[in-house]
Amino acid sequence: MERPAWAPRSIDISVPSVSRMYDYYLGGSHNFEVDREAARRAMEFMPGLPKVMQANRAFMRRAVRFAAGEGITQFLDIGSGIPTFGSVHEVAQAAVPDARVMYVDHDPVAVAHSQAVLEGNEGADVLAADLRKPREILESPEVRRLIDLNRPVALLLVAILHFVEDADDPYAAVAELRQALAPGSMLVLTHAAYEGIPLPAERAEGAVDVYQRIRNPLIMRTRDEIARFFEGYDMVEPGLVPMPQWRPDTAPEDEDPYASSGFAGVGRTA
Amino acid sequence: MSAEPDGPEDRLRRFATIWSRAVFPVTSTSSTRPEFEELLLPLARQLSGALRARSFDAEAGRAVGAALVEAHCTDPEALSRTLDCVDAYLVLYCGEDGDREDLRARSGRLQHAMAAGFAQALRMRTLAEQETVARAALEAQGVVAQALHATEARFRAVFEGAAIGIGIADLEGNVLQVNGALRRMFGLSEQSMRGRNVKEWVHPDDAPQTWRLYDELVLGEREHYHLEKAFYRPDGTVLWTNLTVSLLRDADGDPQYQLALMEDTTERRLLNLRLRYEATHDALTGLPNRTFFFERLEKALGAGEGQRFGLCYLDLDGFKTVNDSLGHAAGDRLLVEVADRLQACATASTEMVARLGGDEFVALTTGPDTERTVDELAARIMNALLAPISVDGRELTVRGSIGIVEGPAGERSAAEVLRSADITMYRAKSAGGNRFELADPESDARAITRHGLTTALPTALDRGEFFIEYQPLVHLGDGSVRGAEALVRWLHPQHGVLSPDRFIPLAEHTGLIVPLGRWVLEQSVLQARAWRDLHGGAEALGPLRINVNLSPCQLTHPGLVQDTVEILERTGMSPDALCLEVTESALIGADDDLLKPLRRLAEMGVDIALDDFGTGYSNLANLRRLPVSVLKLDRSFTQSMQRFPADPVDLKIVEGIVSLAHSLDLAVTVEGVETGAQAEQLRILGCDTAQGWYYARPGPPDRLHDLALVDATG
Repeated sequence: MERPAWAPRSIDISVPSVSRMYDYYLGGSHNFEVDREAARRAMEFMPGLPKVMQANRAFMRRAVRFAAGEGITQFLDIGSGIPTFGSVHEVAQAAVPDARVMYVDHDPVAVAHSQAVLEGNEGADVLAADLRKPREILESPEVRRLIDLNRPVALLLVAILHFVEDADDPYAAVAELRQALAPGSMLVLTHAAYEGIPLPAERAEGAVDVYQRIRNPLIMRTRDEIARFFEGYDMVEPGLVPMPQWRPDTAPEDEDPYASSGFAGVGRTA
Repeated sequence: MSAEPDGPEDRLRRFATIWSRAVFPVTSTSSTRPEFEELLLPLARQLSGALRARSFDAEAGRAVGAALVEAHCTDPEALSRTLDCVDAYLVLYCGEDGDREDLRARSGRLQHAMAAGFAQALRMRTLAEQETVARAALEAQGVVAQALHATEARFRAVFEGAAIGIGIADLEGNVLQVNGALRRMFGLSEQSMRGRNVKEWVHPDDAPQTWRLYDELVLGEREHYHLEKAFYRPDGTVLWTNLTVSLLRDADGDPQYQLALMEDTTERRLLNLRLRYEATHDALTGLPNRTFFFERLEKALGAGEGQRFGLCYLDLDGFKTVNDSLGHAAGDRLLVEVADRLQACATASTEMVARLGGDEFVALTTGPDTERTVDELAARIMNALLAPISVDGRELTVRGSIGIVEGPAGERSAAEVLRSADITMYRAKSAGGNRFELADPESDARAITRHGLTTALPTALDRGEFFIEYQPLVHLGDGSVRGAEALVRWLHPQHGVLSPDRFIPLAEHTGLIVPLGRWVLEQSVLQARAWRDLHGGAEALGPLRINVNLSPCQLTHPGLVQDTVEILERTGMSPDALCLEVTESALIGADDDLLKPLRRLAEMGVDIALDDFGTGYSNLANLRRLPVSVLKLDRSFTQSMQRFPADPVDLKIVEGIVSLAHSLDLAVTVEGVETGAQAEQLRILGCDTAQGWYYARPGPPDRLHDLALVDATG
């Protein structure tokens, strides 16, 4: 018998979780030995992985501020993970006090953690759902309560799409989300790529293999493939670029070379 | 904050800049370095203050260490770089002009305190985060467990409450679990269901593949199968189900259980059987009906080589009379009794009897030897009808006519066979009934032509395939043409010109006679007017009269008088230019209602001729009653006068009829005059007008015009 959609997947903390590994890269302690072990193995191939994560966070912060500056007050962050610090609601609510932030993740531990963090925050909530089933996200009572889909939304898909395999058709899922958003909405996206990694490809592949082995494959896509996620949206300047080059606050020479791994961009729908 | 160049404030800021540059690369903050520097500036001020305080307190160092952790500098490398930086630059940038030795000692102690504060804060933070994530994991597990529990409870409810029967058995066939619906279907308790083995449930009606499919499934060679299956209930009754069995595999894909889903179809099956019975049986007699019979006949005709069929098509003689005189209820009881007797005639499983409708029955025999068996079957049927049938205390004698068709399978369609049987039955009936006849191709062909003509008739009128020929009516006294009889012909596209006797009975049968008759009447009257218009000079002889035949059907048609009047008025012809011919047989037993339209026409001045007089039962006394002004003697009277000398008896008869007619004020016309001697004889006998080949064959209207002209001038 197939497990029905409304039953969450079981959790097994003896299996590494990408969101807890992410926390570990960022110096957090919201993780277990299995997570740290996997993260350390990946870092043996790519010692600069934490810098990639940090660049992701920094980009997200700039993008959220940009969106808020453009008048957007609603944020839908899918694949939010464990918000160690500098999360979307902190940045957004600092910029716009009545900003509304909806976090979505399919990792029950990340969701439970977010619930604890967000307790008492009227403008933010978390939903256990899967990016691969966008309809369930869009039609959930949590999203309906917090987000008005008739007004512009900033949809954040930061460091998540490279965990969705082609077999699960990430393009269709993103298209469905894009189509649900009102004019003026933005798509904020980062994605892993071999391009920009300051290492020979074999080394990077070693890190990719680690994710393969923990049954959470990391799908590296080319810039063109990543650009397709924005289909129908107009790219905000400077387009799809390495993370440090997207509207930097400071001179990029401060940046660690690893920060330029992968691509980041923001698109807007007319 | 403005700072005077190289003043204390400026030097403090330069220290913070150096510090942030050293540490920023090992932090994981999402802030920018300048932002990070702004964050370090108050910490630097604290250190600077402590360095130069009147009474030294290293506690400030602890607070700065803790603040670093707060700013997400959790990497020990951040502490190491911080201490390096403080060690190298704090005294240099913030010492101002204090005692170097003392300042260096203070800086050292501050560093110790910072390390302790950092370590303490990092430890607290780590513990707190560990606790948070552990609690989150626990909570998540609780949520998952709860959801699983709810899932399971829901599945339980679905399983127990399902209207469909669900059962799970292991691969050996041992029943492990069944739901309420399944128990109710079987009429068994959970206790007695469990521990039973699937393989016990063999039923004689199991489809041949049933247990092969089962074996394939439990061996893992098949994922599921679906079939209709019967089971015995403990009370001996039968449960029919729509059964779907699926193989359940474990996570590794190994077969583990079999899952059966059953739908109780017992009642639906019974209903289907009943509906099927009702759809294939005659409600009155319980015999198979037309549908069923056709199925069987088609099967028999589709049988393989060497197989033959024999069909008896029975129609009761005079059944209509029974219905009309004794009522339909009596008729129905008669049919039921006949059906019972016929049913008894079908003695072998290869024989069947069915009711096609009304009083028509069929009996079918199949096999290699039907040439013999069909004769025997027909004989049994005739025999079965011999004994009178008692209905409402009356003993009714029933007779029937049977048409027999016998032949090899695979040559003819069911419809062809049945038509042949029908035709043959009519042959038996017209030969007097109470007999059976064997189909023969020649009479079939004739009847089939009749059938073809019948179906072609309706369109023939629309397509203008009919035309009229005229045969002159000649005055015997002076030989002048007095009129003509209109005779309709059908120019059939395949069969050529057909005479009225080929199609008028068919037209009568189908009702087409009414529009066809109206057309003939109209055309004929129009023709009469055309002659009148041409014939202006022959007034002395009176108008040329047109004779038109009326069929019995037209006679009873309510529009006859109105149609006739309308046609006469429209053409401007006077009624005495028209003579309607009615056969004697059509008027036999005619009552006043039937005669009324004829009377009305006669009163208007239309002549009515009694056609074919002498062929039927010529009731002379009746003649007075009829609104008739002309008798047309049938050709049979005049035939003998072709010879010389004529038969004296015939002469006497004709003389008698003529004198009787004249005494009733009726004119006499003779038909079929073929010789001059004949004409002369008839003139002597007192006949008034004549028609026949001696004068002219029926022909196109202009021929008659020529004759009349010759006549008038000659």
